[in-house]
Amino acid sequence: MILLIRWLRRRRRARLGESPTTTTAQTTAAARGPLMLTLHQARYDLLAILRNRQARFFTLILPLLFLIIFVGVFGNHVVGPGSMKASAYYVPGIAALGVIAASFVNLVISITAQRESGVLKRRRATPVPAWVLIAGRTLTAVTISLVVLAVLLAVGRAAYGVSLPTSTLPGIALTAVVGSITFCVLGYALSTAIKNEDAAQPMTQAIMLPLYFISGVFIVNTNLPSWLRHVASVFPVEHLSDGLHNAYRPAVKGVGIVWTDIGVLAIWFAIGLAVALFRFTWLPKAADA
Amino acid sequence: MSVRGLRKRYGQFEAVAGIDLEVGRGEIFAFLGPNGAGKTTTVEILEGFRTRTSGEVSVLGIDPGHGDAAWRNRVGAVLQESNAEPGLTVRESLQLYSGYYRQPRDIDETIALVGLEEKAETLGQQLSGGQRRRLDVALALIGDPELIFLDEPTTGFDPSARRTAWQVIDGLRELGKTVFLTTHYMDEAEQLADRIAVIAGGRIVAEGTPTTLGGRHSMAATIRFTLPAGIPSDELPPELQALRAGEDGHVTLTSDMPLATVGAIANWASGRGIDLPDLDVRRPTLEEVYLELTRSAP
Repeated sequence: MILLIRWLRRRRRARLGESPTTTTAQTTAAARGPLMLTLHQARYDLLAILRNRQARFFTLILPLLFLIIFVGVFGNHVVGPGSMKASAYYVPGIAALGVIAASFVNLVISITAQRESGVLKRRRATPVPAWVLIAGRTLTAVTISLVVLAVLLAVGRAAYGVSLPTSTLPGIALTAVVGSITFCVLGYALSTAIKNEDAAQPMTQAIMLPLYFISGVFIVNTNLPSWLRHVASVFPVEHLSDGLHNAYRPAVKGVGIVWTDIGVLAIWFAIGLAVALFRFTWLPKAADA
Repeated sequence: MSVRGLRKRYGQFEAVAGIDLEVGRGEIFAFLGPNGAGKTTTVEILEGFRTRTSGEVSVLGIDPGHGDAAWRNRVGAVLQESNAEPGLTVRESLQLYSGYYRQPRDIDETIALVGLEEKAETLGQQLSGGQRRRLDVALALIGDPELIFLDEPTTGFDPSARRTAWQVIDGLRELGKTVFLTTHYMDEAEQLADRIAVIAGGRIVAEGTPTTLGGRHSMAATIRFTLPAGIPSDELPPELQALRAGEDGHVTLTSDMPLATVGAIANWASGRGIDLPDLDVRRPTLEEVYLELTRSAP
C-alpha cells in the first residue's frame, strides 16, 4: 500500500519534472482547452492530497484496516440467502466505504479548508472557469476512489481468496464511478452547511457512521430488522454498497450492473447538484458573518 | 479604472457611501483608511467578488460585475486573507496558476522577482508570513496582468518583512503595472503611492499625492523653542505673541509663513543676546494629516 503511494508520488514527481517550464503561449493548460485545464487541475489536486498525511490515513489506510478487522473477526461466517462467506461480503462493503472516504469525506474536508483559507477565492480571481475547478477536483476523487477500490479488491483476493468474477468487472467499475461522482457532488452540497474546517471531519463521520452500520458496510444487512433496511434504502450508501456487493454474488449473471442502485445514486446526484448550485460559495463563510 | 457614486449597503448599514475614483494606467494608487472604513468592500467590488448597491464601475473598461475570463486574464489580485495552496511547493503553486492563463510570465523569473529563489522547492505552508505574502504577489503576477490589486499586503509584518514587501511592490512600478493598494499604514502609502485617497466611514475624505494630501503642503508649521531661564515668554514681541499656540515649559507657535516667523524670532533673540539651541520647525507629518482626516468620520 505504502509502496503503491510512493510509486505514484515518484511517478508524479517525475512527470512534473519533465515539463518544468510549460509557460509559453502554445502550451499552457488554459490554451489547450477546458479538458486539458481540468486534467491540469486534477493533477495538482491529486498531488496535494497525496502529500496530506491525514488524507492518506483516512482514505487509504483506514479502509484497509477496516477490511482486515472485519474479515478477521467475521470472515468465516456464512451470510445471506446465497450462503456466501462473510469475507466475500466484506470486501465489496468496505470498498464502498473506501469510495466514500475518497470522494465524500476527503472532499468535504479539503473544500471547506480551502474555502475558509481563501484558496478557492484566489483561484476564482484567475480566469479558470468554476466548473473546471469542480470537475478537476471530482476527477481527482474518482481516481483515488478507483485506486482504493482496486487495492481493497486485490487485498481481498490475495489475502482472503475472495475473487471477483471478471464478467462483473464492468458492473463494479460503473457503480464505483457513479458512486464516487455522486458522493463528490453530495460533498459539495454538504460543505455549504459547514462553517469551518474543524467541523468538517466530525460532521462527515456523524453522517456516515450510522449509514455504514445500516447499509451493509459494517454489518451484514440481511441481519437487520426490515424497517431499518427500509430507512437504509432511502440513502445512497446502501445503493453504492449493494451495487458493489452484487458483483460478488455467486448467482449473478451478466456484467453485474444493478440499474435500480445506479438510478437511486443518480437521484442523489441530482439532489446534491441542486443544493450545490444554489448554495455553494467560493468565498470564506467566516468573512460574511 | 473609474468609479462613480459607488455605494454598498448591508441592511441599514452603508459600508460604502458614494465613492468616486479615477486611477490612471501605470499608476500606483493607495486606498488608505482605518479598519472598517470600507476599503475591502470597495476592493472586492472592483475585483468582481461583490455586487454593488449602486454606482458605475469600470475596471480596464469592463464592469467587474460582468468580468469574464478575458478580463480576469488582465487582472491580478493579492487578497487580504489567503493561505498558500495546501500541499504544493512554491514552484508547483506557480505551475498550477500559470496553467490558468493563456500567456503567463516565466515561472523562474517570477520567483526571482519576489525573491523566493531559495524557497522554490519549499511547501507554501512552510513559508514565513512575509514569504507567503511574496508568494501571493507571485501568484497574482504569473498571469502577467495589467492591473494588480493588493489588499493590505503588509498587515502583521515585522519591519524587515515590510521593507522587502515594499521593494517587491516598488518593482511592479518598473514593470509598468497599475497597482491598486489598500492599506491602513500611512507610511506604506507615503512610501509607495503616486496618489492616495483616504477613506473613512465609507466616504473619500481626501485625495492627493503624498505631499499634497489633505492640504498638507499649505498647512501651518509648528515652531517650538525654550527660552533661557529668567526670560518670561511675555517678553516676546507682540507679532510673535499672536501666534502662540500653547506653553508647556516651551514656547509653541504656529505659522503659515514659517520663514518670516523664524526670522522675527532670530531678530528678537539676537537683539536680546540670547540663543535658542532647541529651536525646532516642523511641518505636519502625513500621519498627523491622516489622523486629523479620519478622526471626524464615524
